[in-house]
Amino acid sequence: MTRASKRIRQSYDGAVLVAPFSTPYQRYSIDTAHWWIAKALRGSLDAAGLKPTEIDGFTVSSFTLFPDTAVGLTQHLGLCPRWLDHIPMGGASGVVAMRRAARAVQTGDADIVACVSGDTNHIDSFRQMLSSFSRFASDASYPYGYGGPNANFALLTDRYMQEYGATREDFGRICVAQRDNALKNPNAVMKKPLSLDDYMNARPISDPIALFDCVMPCAGSEAFLVMSEEEAVKRNLPFARISGAIERHNAHPEDPIQLRGGWTMDIDELYDTAQCTPDQIDLLQTYDDYPVISIMQIEDLGFCPKGDAAQFVRDHDLTIEGDFPHNTSGGQLSAGQAGAAGGFIGLVEAIRQVTGKAGPTQVKDAKRAMASGFGMINYDRGVCSAAAIIQAGDP
Amino acid sequence: MSTALTPPPRKNPQKRTVSPTRPPETRSRAAMGLSAAAAEGRFALQCCSECDRVQYPPRDACCNCLSTELPWKNISPNGTILAETTVQTSTKLYFRERAPWRTGSVKLDAGPTLICHLHGDCERNGRVKMINRLDRSGQGVLLAMPQERSPNMEDDPQLRAMTSDPKHRRVLITDARNPNSPTLAKAIVEAGASMVFIGEGESWRPYPEQKELAAIDKVEILPLDVTDTLSVQRLAGEIGGKTDILINNARFVRPGGVLARGDTGFARDEMEVNYLGLMRLAQAFGPGMCSRTSDGVNSAVAWVNILSVHALSNAPDYGCFSASNAAARSLSQSMRAEFRSSGLRVMNVYCGPTDDDWHQPLPPPKVLLSALARSVVQGLKDGLEETYCGDVAKDLYERFRQNPNVLEREMTMGGDGA
Repeated sequence: MTRASKRIRQSYDGAVLVAPFSTPYQRYSIDTAHWWIAKALRGSLDAAGLKPTEIDGFTVSSFTLFPDTAVGLTQHLGLCPRWLDHIPMGGASGVVAMRRAARAVQTGDADIVACVSGDTNHIDSFRQMLSSFSRFASDASYPYGYGGPNANFALLTDRYMQEYGATREDFGRICVAQRDNALKNPNAVMKKPLSLDDYMNARPISDPIALFDCVMPCAGSEAFLVMSEEEAVKRNLPFARISGAIERHNAHPEDPIQLRGGWTMDIDELYDTAQCTPDQIDLLQTYDDYPVISIMQIEDLGFCPKGDAAQFVRDHDLTIEGDFPHNTSGGQLSAGQAGAAGGFIGLVEAIRQVTGKAGPTQVKDAKRAMASGFGMINYDRGVCSAAAIIQAGDP
Repeated sequence: MSTALTPPPRKNPQKRTVSPTRPPETRSRAAMGLSAAAAEGRFALQCCSECDRVQYPPRDACCNCLSTELPWKNISPNGTILAETTVQTSTKLYFRERAPWRTGSVKLDAGPTLICHLHGDCERNGRVKMINRLDRSGQGVLLAMPQERSPNMEDDPQLRAMTSDPKHRRVLITDARNPNSPTLAKAIVEAGASMVFIGEGESWRPYPEQKELAAIDKVEILPLDVTDTLSVQRLAGEIGGKTDILINNARFVRPGGVLARGDTGFARDEMEVNYLGLMRLAQAFGPGMCSRTSDGVNSAVAWVNILSVHALSNAPDYGCFSASNAAARSLSQSMRAEFRSSGLRVMNVYCGPTDDDWHQPLPPPKVLLSALARSVVQGLKDGLEETYCGDVAKDLYERFRQNPNVLEREMTMGGDGA
């Protein structure tokens, strides 16, 4: 499908990304989402040497903030922004927050925008969140075995395997490589090595999905700031530029089952605006709630033709030192899924990578990264998709 | 093919009875349309009245043209399985206790993709026929069935969890003196019930059905008078812990409306049996049955009321009797609400005039005893909440659905000397 309008999308020039911060995740937490969001905001502000009153834009993404929204947080955290947003797009939240914040900075609606996401995870809060996730889910998917997202993604995985001949080993390769990466990330929830045998022999959860296909729900938070390039230079902050970014919602509703995401509608435009090709991307951060979704992104983001991602992961090394560095912090599969922060983990790590601040997970000479988001299984498929290409500020 | 269900072993009284758990109940108002259709065993989906697009999941506006007119219509139930999974573990206790649980994604010929339960005999990526059933939360759910019948298919554990099948269950029929009791008892035994208890009032007084009842295998006649609280409590004390299905066929019927009768004598009898009798039974048997809804193969599963269809709209020739049935129908709705949290189902079987002495002056068609027994058994096998037996009942229900006020006028217009 092509865009109805021939108008050229404006670039994101002038707005840059700084101060990526990840609060170390915890499996369970007795603290609230407010606490976790405050931690990440503080961490990002500290990294930039800013006080809370110095930001004039704020956007938040969280599932466990109820009954508050971004509005309640302004008073709770003592913020006085002139630009405020609340982005309920789950796994697509990070890229979407970045896009909106960058436009606000470009137009002068705000000077410095803090983009924050975070969730807590109490014992039993995951189950309670599932029961009220969306209207279509409570009407039409949870009454069927109540497998939650596990069952939904099992159906997509089953169909993908039938359609394109992928095997469980192919999905396993992604999980094993990410665990290797996570072992280098001191904040990852998963600390034990994972072999392909471990993966294959794991406890079945919802066939064909087994234990290591599933992310571990946990508590955590992520943040970064968007400001003008001049501001970043003035403050002497390492920054990343936005080369291009897309989002799309409820794409391909005519597909009877999801084998592709909304990226396919806009990906050519993304590479056009970023003036690069897939082989010029130094590292890829996909949204990895289940490996089949990463597989789908490798195809839909243009790294290989549709249906070839299984062969692609057989042919490439997806670890930090490999020829196709992927989810370098371990991703959600090994670092943990901290609710809506799962929509930020890839982008925040990508900012660290291209600014050379990734520390133990740093990919050598990483200058250009792609981060992709996917969110919200409303009924039978993920509805939101987004992707961004970012580049080192000093090429 | 499904594995045939084996009769359960005797219950070990030292073991704890499993507490009832339920699948998720929360639904939007639109989605309740599925439950309403499931209560009657219909496969219906929303269909846009402007563009004819079939919608699922249920919506408040058409996803094709934004029309807000989305009536529920019976839809061709055929489709193809696209993908499947077997849920091995779930955060919901009900499914955790019943895992593995097979679900799938079905592309309906009529358009939408349905996430649904898969019957064990469905072939991988095979053609299926969708049915709509109430699950134990009392809400409608979609179940894909093989297009051809397979042996023992009603024994599939996922299907059985949604139905009220009498197979291997113990059934109480409350009134031996009702002429329908022998036919009903035979049909229930044929459907595989392991035991049929029959309540008998005033045992010293002979009645024509007694011999026929006594001759049926697996039938046990026990004293029960639904107008006597002590008698009801005594029987519940004796068999309440092993009553899996209760069929209340106790009925007192006399013709006549308000003016045709000189006093309230018959009306009081009608209320004693048809309304208060039901309440006594519910108070004595209800709590015990509600606590045994997860008790294995022969768990408590359903409560059946046989009501006159004139519970919906009064028939003046039997005006006072109709009123007592309207009271019983209203009470059944209260029972349904009170039983809901346990998963015990209340099924009302609405009957037209039955072919017996008290309806002798009415013209045919009348409900034959065998037809009533068939409706009860089929309703249990389909796990229904509402079923209409005989042409008169079906006709009256259709009119009731279209316009209850027009129906009342039709029912109460005086005959022109006909």
